[in-house]
Amino acid sequence: MKPIKNVSRRSFVKSIGLASGGLILACNTSVFSDKEKTPENLINFNPNLFVQINSDGSVVLIASRSEMGNGVRTSLPSVIADEMEADWSKIKVQQAVGDKKYGDQNTDGSRSIRYLYEPMRKMGAIAKAMLISAAAQKWQVPEVECSAENHFIIHTSGKKIGFGDLVEIAKTLEIPSDESLTYKNPKNFKYIGKHLKGVDVKAYANGSAIFGLDKRLPHMKFVAIARCPVTFGKVKSFDKSAALKVSGVEDVIEIPRIEKPFGALGGVAVIATNTWAAFKGKEALKIEWDFGENQQYDSEKYMNQITQNVHKEGKVGKNQGNINNAFKNAHKTIESTFQLPHLAHAPMEVPNAVAWVQGDTCEVWAPTQAPQSTRKEITDYLETTEDKVTINVTFLGGGFGRKSKPDYIVEAVIASKALNAPVQVVWTREDDIKHGYYHTTSAQYMKASLDKNGKVTGWLHRFALPSIVSTFQPGVGYAAGFEISSAANVPFEIDNLKVEIGQAPAHVRIGWLRSVINIPHGFSINVFADELAYAANKDPLEFRLNLIGKNRIEDTQDPIKYDTARLKNVLKIAAKNAEWGKELPEGHAYGLAVHYSFYSYVASVVEVSMKNNKVKVHNVYTAIDCGTAVNKNTITSQMEGAAIFGMSLAYYGKITAKNGAIEQNNYNDYKMIRMNEIPKVHVEIVDSSEKPTGVGEPGVPVIAPAIINAIYKLTGKRCYNLPLADYDLV
Amino acid sequence: MITLQINGEKHQIDVSPEMPLLWAIRDIIGLTGTKYGCGIGVCGSCKVLLNNSPVQSCMIPVSVAEGQNITTIEGESKNLQLLQESWGELNVPQCGFCQPGQLIAATALLDKNDNPTDDEIDEAMIGNICRCGTYQRIKKAIHRTVELKKQN
Repeated sequence: MKPIKNVSRRSFVKSIGLASGGLILACNTSVFSDKEKTPENLINFNPNLFVQINSDGSVVLIASRSEMGNGVRTSLPSVIADEMEADWSKIKVQQAVGDKKYGDQNTDGSRSIRYLYEPMRKMGAIAKAMLISAAAQKWQVPEVECSAENHFIIHTSGKKIGFGDLVEIAKTLEIPSDESLTYKNPKNFKYIGKHLKGVDVKAYANGSAIFGLDKRLPHMKFVAIARCPVTFGKVKSFDKSAALKVSGVEDVIEIPRIEKPFGALGGVAVIATNTWAAFKGKEALKIEWDFGENQQYDSEKYMNQITQNVHKEGKVGKNQGNINNAFKNAHKTIESTFQLPHLAHAPMEVPNAVAWVQGDTCEVWAPTQAPQSTRKEITDYLETTEDKVTINVTFLGGGFGRKSKPDYIVEAVIASKALNAPVQVVWTREDDIKHGYYHTTSAQYMKASLDKNGKVTGWLHRFALPSIVSTFQPGVGYAAGFEISSAANVPFEIDNLKVEIGQAPAHVRIGWLRSVINIPHGFSINVFADELAYAANKDPLEFRLNLIGKNRIEDTQDPIKYDTARLKNVLKIAAKNAEWGKELPEGHAYGLAVHYSFYSYVASVVEVSMKNNKVKVHNVYTAIDCGTAVNKNTITSQMEGAAIFGMSLAYYGKITAKNGAIEQNNYNDYKMIRMNEIPKVHVEIVDSSEKPTGVGEPGVPVIAPAIINAIYKLTGKRCYNLPLADYDLV
Repeated sequence: MITLQINGEKHQIDVSPEMPLLWAIRDIIGLTGTKYGCGIGVCGSCKVLLNNSPVQSCMIPVSVAEGQNITTIEGESKNLQLLQESWGELNVPQCGFCQPGQLIAATALLDKNDNPTDDEIDEAMIGNICRCGTYQRIKKAIHRTVELKKQN
């Protein structure tokens, strides 16, 4: 294992004896050099607690990241358990509260395993070393004669002792130094790299898993909030008389807007004895709004405006070679324009939170991807200190980025403080669809030149989309660096390449949704590359492999290397599994796409047919290279789910605004893929000993363009925009 | 007062007769396995069995449910327990939130049909949305349950 950076050697780990007779190991974990991290995060090291061994042999392992279907409550503890040779059946997983002592807990960016794989191994290695020392001391033998195996320490003589029986001695020992730690040979892993079942599956299946929405406190009030239909509009006046007549409604109060990225939107809150009464009371409110400047937002007109912006020169994001000369000397040029709408996260569990403010203390139970920023927002609002604020992380009924933004939790805190009672704020599904942090909408213009052999000589990619940064810095009108890189790092061997950014101010809150900028860029790049293959009269697979070109490390100025050999490899595997080139049933065709995101490589080949002018996806062959595969069960299910998530956005995903208000309401007009529409998803995970990289998001971006490319192959018609519902194809 | 019979137990509750069964189950009686997903009967998260038929409890007033046998995810029915076992065996859930509704829909299917085809599964499960996209495993788990029943 390579040395871990940025960790104070002094007191990296310290042991704390517990009154309960347990051994706890504490250490630092924010240890990665990653350019996404701010220096502030890197230097804020605090002691962290991950392992507890009890004298009865039971072991408690901490999951510091949020569980939302990503499988972290299984994968992270399994890494510790494997390295310490713990028996998985004796493990209990405990969810961490939000606290900096656990290092970075933001569960987004597909980085839980990427950040924590090595630190979790280290937690296990430290525990194992101390148990071995304890046994050696007890037996009065050299440590080298002892080894750990399946919850026992074994001496070369054959005698053995269970972990639990070593607790008394182990807790008196010094923490071993980093240098003295030994790690398992990966070929001896018992859990890592296997198909490990989720630790919570049973609780999910019998209804006992407690999501945020299921949290109950004695005398808890239920709260529904009416928010302005237009983003950042304000309450002018309201009449609560009809709402107060609803049976079960107890009170109506105004919720102030907190002008912060994750602040409450503000509105009028109905306080009731049950959720339904709160919802009914909310419907009965009569509110006059001051809509504010975003009421001019019309997403259709806006699309025309940003499309115009990409049909003229923009700010330069990357410029390599001479694109003008390439176009001037071209045998052929191709140009296309792509338009993609806003999307909403729409996790099955709506935003909700339980909060109880008592004096200057506050306790929260919430489905949150970001317990630490939640803690900070609440601390700021209550003007208290973080030690007075406890954030309990419940199960999340889906997150997809929505639950990274704790605006809904701040609302619960405001209400609890105002009412001096425990409250649960529950968003209706309509609230969720209409008041989100939307995935950006985008216009993209692409132009490429081909020489007479069909080789691409020039590539221009111009895009305009409201930036996530606008949520943090109102007024920002252009995409930021992290929203440019997936276009600038296009892995094609092209001499003349230019990326330009057009203006696109935001009129709704823009947020990150599973795969983020890779959705629009993965779409346009993959569809356009397919278009070029046909323009060059080449097979799309052969053309794409040639376009990626020779094996090399792309210059992405990133510590994790972008290896084009791995990119080509996943494409070849997906094609091989699909038997690319074989004769398909009449009216069926394949389409392909390949994309690098969150440091992982994913390719999908999809099989599509058309019947009565409607698309049907029959098979999806996905290959992923995410470096070391920690839990193959999770990786497989994430790829299966990503195919469905990608299909939902390809078929139906479209959020529109008129007069500043979101037009969609619920799952009836913001539709999802259902059981009758699913393909068979076949997943292959590349064997790799590289560092583990992202899994939750990288499977999504390839799906929509692969479907579009298959439709083209079938019909000769190229769909440049999404969703397919707008073409009446689904 | 309204009396609801849920999982074989009687509950007397004092609520408005038009309160949807979902909220009576969750907020008044306190069984939180039944989930709110959409409130308009299009996502299936709130499904319960009403006299062995699957219904979206967000659309059924408690007055209609009174006097009927209601089974929630916390309840017992042979097919439900077998399906739950298959759900675990095939590691169906991701986030898990929609799964109670999925399991209730699948239970209702197997209660009526010993050996459903893929098309019959589609038809029975079309009312249940899973945003994580676990459909493929749900389908496999239903088939596995059927196979287990045949073997026994």
